[in-house]
Amino acid sequence: MADPSKQITSAVVSVEPVATTTSAGASVAVDTVLRTNDVHVFYDGVPAIKNVSMDIQRNRITALIGPSGCGKSTLLRTFNRMNDLIPSASMTGEVLYHGQDLYDPSVDPVEVRKRIGMVFQKPNPFPKSIYDNVAFGPRVLCMKVDMDEVVERSLRHAVLWDEVKDRLKGSAVGMSGGQQQRLCIARALATNPDVLLMDEPCSALDPIATGRIEDLMVRLRDEYTIVVVTHNMQQATRVSDRTAFLTVEVDEHDQRTGVVVEYDDTAKIFSQPGDPRTEEYVTGRIG
Amino acid sequence: MMSTHETILSPATPPVLGKSRRRVGERLIFAVLVFCALASVLTTVGIVAALLQPTIEFFSEVSPLDFFSAEEWAPFFADPSFGVLPIVVGTLSVTFWAVLIALPLGLCAAIFLSEYASPRVRRVVKPVLEVLEGIPTVAYGFFALTFITPLIRDNWPGFLGDPPGIFSAGAAGIVLGIMIIPTVASISEDAMSAVPGSLREGAYALGATRRTVALRVVVPAALSGIVASFVLGVSRAIGETMVVLIAAGNTPNLTFNPVESIQTMTAFIATSATGDIGVGTLQYKTVFAVGALLFVMTLTMNVVSTWLVRRFREVYE
Repeated sequence: MADPSKQITSAVVSVEPVATTTSAGASVAVDTVLRTNDVHVFYDGVPAIKNVSMDIQRNRITALIGPSGCGKSTLLRTFNRMNDLIPSASMTGEVLYHGQDLYDPSVDPVEVRKRIGMVFQKPNPFPKSIYDNVAFGPRVLCMKVDMDEVVERSLRHAVLWDEVKDRLKGSAVGMSGGQQQRLCIARALATNPDVLLMDEPCSALDPIATGRIEDLMVRLRDEYTIVVVTHNMQQATRVSDRTAFLTVEVDEHDQRTGVVVEYDDTAKIFSQPGDPRTEEYVTGRIG
Repeated sequence: MMSTHETILSPATPPVLGKSRRRVGERLIFAVLVFCALASVLTTVGIVAALLQPTIEFFSEVSPLDFFSAEEWAPFFADPSFGVLPIVVGTLSVTFWAVLIALPLGLCAAIFLSEYASPRVRRVVKPVLEVLEGIPTVAYGFFALTFITPLIRDNWPGFLGDPPGIFSAGAAGIVLGIMIIPTVASISEDAMSAVPGSLREGAYALGATRRTVALRVVVPAALSGIVASFVLGVSRAIGETMVVLIAAGNTPNLTFNPVESIQTMTAFIATSATGDIGVGTLQYKTVFAVGALLFVMTLTMNVVSTWLVRRFREVYE
């Protein structure tokens, strides 16, 4: 169904405007990097999120907000197939990346994760040198690149170069939490992705380090598409262009499942939400 | 303003803080714990002290040069010869074969259990491994003699020369290796399982496969535990007596050839310390000298590996 030139196995992501037709029959515009069609994710057969259909737009920061346990992280992890690593997890529906189904059996999850980088809640640098951390992705993917150049460029992108350029061979574990998180961002950028998934990237950081990460996200927006899960609504208003509000729905069998209540421009979500549940959450009455 | 606060905060009658009193139970527990901690240290000191005196006396009668350079070990002969090399080489040869089998197999088993096995498989296999550690070594000795040795002899490829005899260093080494696989696997697996899952996730998110996660992230991060398991395994192999006594024969023989019968240092000590030799005789002191040398060898190995671990391990938080 996808144009062969846009196969995920090709080295360069096609950027020219292409409109492909999905199985749902809708047209994917050029600006849509990721699209979910009726995604359900189950853990041990129990649905964790259901009926998620949303488009992630290119060069935008999309925030996923909502109360704990509403499935924000689960949804985020469907975008780079990280849920594959959890044996009890399964899913239905499709996730289209530039029009191509990420879950198609012919798609290599390794290639998916190369294109779609991820940064975690707690900084998780490898107990190796700063250089080796950044070089890890290109090395395991056997990318034929000038490694010194990739490391420098990635660290510059993550606004960390000036702080670490004299100790690239030093251990990454001795850095501050904020530096470690920027290193993890640099590490994700080194494989040259076009999407960056961030799972509460600032929840383990102090306000100053948080501010630096947020500035960085805004800078990265010009070149990357960012999806960020956040508990912090101020953060969503400060950095994001689009916001999806998720919440937990409890059905008659007391089954708790995450759903996307509303997905719109951030300004609209926080000023004129269309759903009373969104309004209650963003005004701080629940959650 | 300040005074109102004070009146609110101070109660009408100030509370009485109880006098400090001696807590006998605390002191007792402290003393018991210190004793337990010291017990192993004191034992080590005791062993060194017990070894030292007869060893010094031994070297006043036999020159260290003879001890370490003569090629014949016949301390109980009418015309004794005290060249320790044959039994040192015997020990090293058996240990070499044991290590050659146990380190790769044990490490691979640990990687499988920690990184590849499903939780259900791990729940079954790990306890089984730990049960294997508890099998008496004499059972392994007969396993070598009645199963492994015949197996090797019956399937011996002719181009390798003569087949091993009933007693051989190789068969003993192989069984010793099988015996320490569980030690290596179990302790290495503990170290790998202790590596935080967040590091694995980080690697997977960068496109790493299971193999690269295991070899480039988990094994380096768990290195100190893995080396600890190696050291423990090798120490067991060097110190093991029963298997080599049964399967390797008991003939001092200066050779690295695995098909020949040899004697190890531990086997010498065990067979000599049976009460036939008089206390204070040169033969008696010989046993202690060999024991002291064995002690020094194991200690050196432990120190060197500790240093290696410090040098190469990756410290995660």
